[in-house]
Amino acid sequence: MNQFGAKQQWTAFLTIVVKEIRRFLRIWQQTLLPPVITMVLYFLIFGKLIGGRIGDMEGFSYIEFIVPGLIMMSVITNSYSNVASSFFSLKFQKSIEEVIVSPTPNWIVAVSFMMGGILRALLTGFLVLLVSLLFTDLQVEHALLIFLVMFMVAWLFSCAGLINAVFAQRFDDISIIPTFVLTPLTYLGGVFYSINLLPDFWQNLSLVNPVLYMVNAMRYGMLGHSDVPIEVAMGMLLVFDVVIFVFALWLLRIGKHRQS
Amino acid sequence: MTVAIQVEQLTKHYSGGVKALKGVSFSVQDGDFIALLGPNGAGKSTTIGILCSLVEKNSGDVSVYGYDLVHQRTQVKQHIGLVPQEFNFNNFEKVMDILITQAGYYGITADVAKPRAEHYLKALGLWDKREARAMQLSGGMKRRLMIARALIHDPKILILDEPTAGVDIELRRLMWRFLEEVNASGKTVILTTHYLEEAEQLCRNIIIIDQGEVVVNTDKKSLLASIQTEHYLIDLPEPLTNLPMIDGATITQPDPQTLDIAWPKAQPINQLFAQLSEQGVTVLGLRNKSNRLEELFLDMTKKSSDSATMGEKK
Repeated sequence: MNQFGAKQQWTAFLTIVVKEIRRFLRIWQQTLLPPVITMVLYFLIFGKLIGGRIGDMEGFSYIEFIVPGLIMMSVITNSYSNVASSFFSLKFQKSIEEVIVSPTPNWIVAVSFMMGGILRALLTGFLVLLVSLLFTDLQVEHALLIFLVMFMVAWLFSCAGLINAVFAQRFDDISIIPTFVLTPLTYLGGVFYSINLLPDFWQNLSLVNPVLYMVNAMRYGMLGHSDVPIEVAMGMLLVFDVVIFVFALWLLRIGKHRQS
Repeated sequence: MTVAIQVEQLTKHYSGGVKALKGVSFSVQDGDFIALLGPNGAGKSTTIGILCSLVEKNSGDVSVYGYDLVHQRTQVKQHIGLVPQEFNFNNFEKVMDILITQAGYYGITADVAKPRAEHYLKALGLWDKREARAMQLSGGMKRRLMIARALIHDPKILILDEPTAGVDIELRRLMWRFLEEVNASGKTVILTTHYLEEAEQLCRNIIIIDQGEVVVNTDKKSLLASIQTEHYLIDLPEPLTNLPMIDGATITQPDPQTLDIAWPKAQPINQLFAQLSEQGVTVLGLRNKSNRLEELFLDMTKKSSDSATMGEKK
């Protein structure tokens, strides 16, 4: 009997990733189309109609200013919801047992499901970027940083989605966090405005919102402007990524995902 | 002889204080075909769940072909294929994809898995359904798909948790033949079932678990030999109003034209016929009542239940 070496682990990893890609492509009407439609509306209403009357924001046209934030919003929502719904569906149908009885180690289970979320997030982020070209020119100050930020943010929220699914007992449980936590944090995370416009109190309060750092890191990559130091933003993102991943692995290790 | 599975003093307490296993010990030899029997809630599924890493044990030792469940879990998992009691595949996936994906979880690439999948799907009569989604399959087909899935990584041990539940007789016999072939190919098979006829037909050894404890662990022949009474069903040409009085026999009448006779195994059956003739009873046909194991099973689990009740009273 063979050991479960690197080759077998790679096969297991690819199996889950390909399965996840197939899943979100098969239901593209639910996974890829809605973010594009939503973003077209944002660009049209906030960017063109209202944005035209707002004028410049931090030296950029309003629509240029909101593009990075809207891409980030799409990355956050899609990475989270992909893993949360996919992993919870497995639990709900008990097909998670197929994975549990197999020798695939927990860290591969976590990373491969997250990779599904990351790829969907990157794809929708790219689609939103394409849509934005209908309304404004593409600006890229630091291409590599843009990719890195998108990847790290998608990693973080894919992992958060996984944790949500591990704890969830009903389908309702996987919509609570996006509705009551993610949406407010994203809207208040500087997607549509610079925190420099806010009074000191609200400005300081905004600094405890982790999404603010992600949006600004993305904005720095595209426009070269950020309300917060880019090093701080990237450092925080890295810490969040590591801490949340370790927590997810611990949950799988204690078998929390087996309880449904 | 190689030991396939060794279980020592296995215990499992669920939250809420339910003691599912109270020190279960047994061993299974390589190549054996064993039935794990017991009433609902006896601890069979918990035992299987622990063997397959779906349930964490509280204490005790489990080894599979010498590999320790806790310290060498990967090897243990590679040796076991599980057919669970409930359907547990993604209903939206296609039959072939379910098998290829499962192989992938075991590190087996699609080019190796595809011929295996074809072999098992053909053997189980599912080849025509390979492109169908799981939700489109009937209950019997889903059961067979789970058997194919459990074998896709070529495990040495196949564990089936009530594989023929809700399956019609024809299909059940097809599955029996298949399981016999699997066993003949050298794989160890462990079967839990409520159809005791199934256990009697297929298995060489029998373990009965009741209330979290092993109450019987022996080979089928000695177990059946321990039965002192044989049950016969006698068909009558016309309804009988008064039951015949036969020395040494216990007679019931399940319907007006049938007699159910419990007859001491040691006594020649000629005596039964002689007495029936004397009393003017015409015998149209004689059948040996199947499910002999059922009698024994009920007897064993009753004993276990009685002693537990007495224990409580103490």
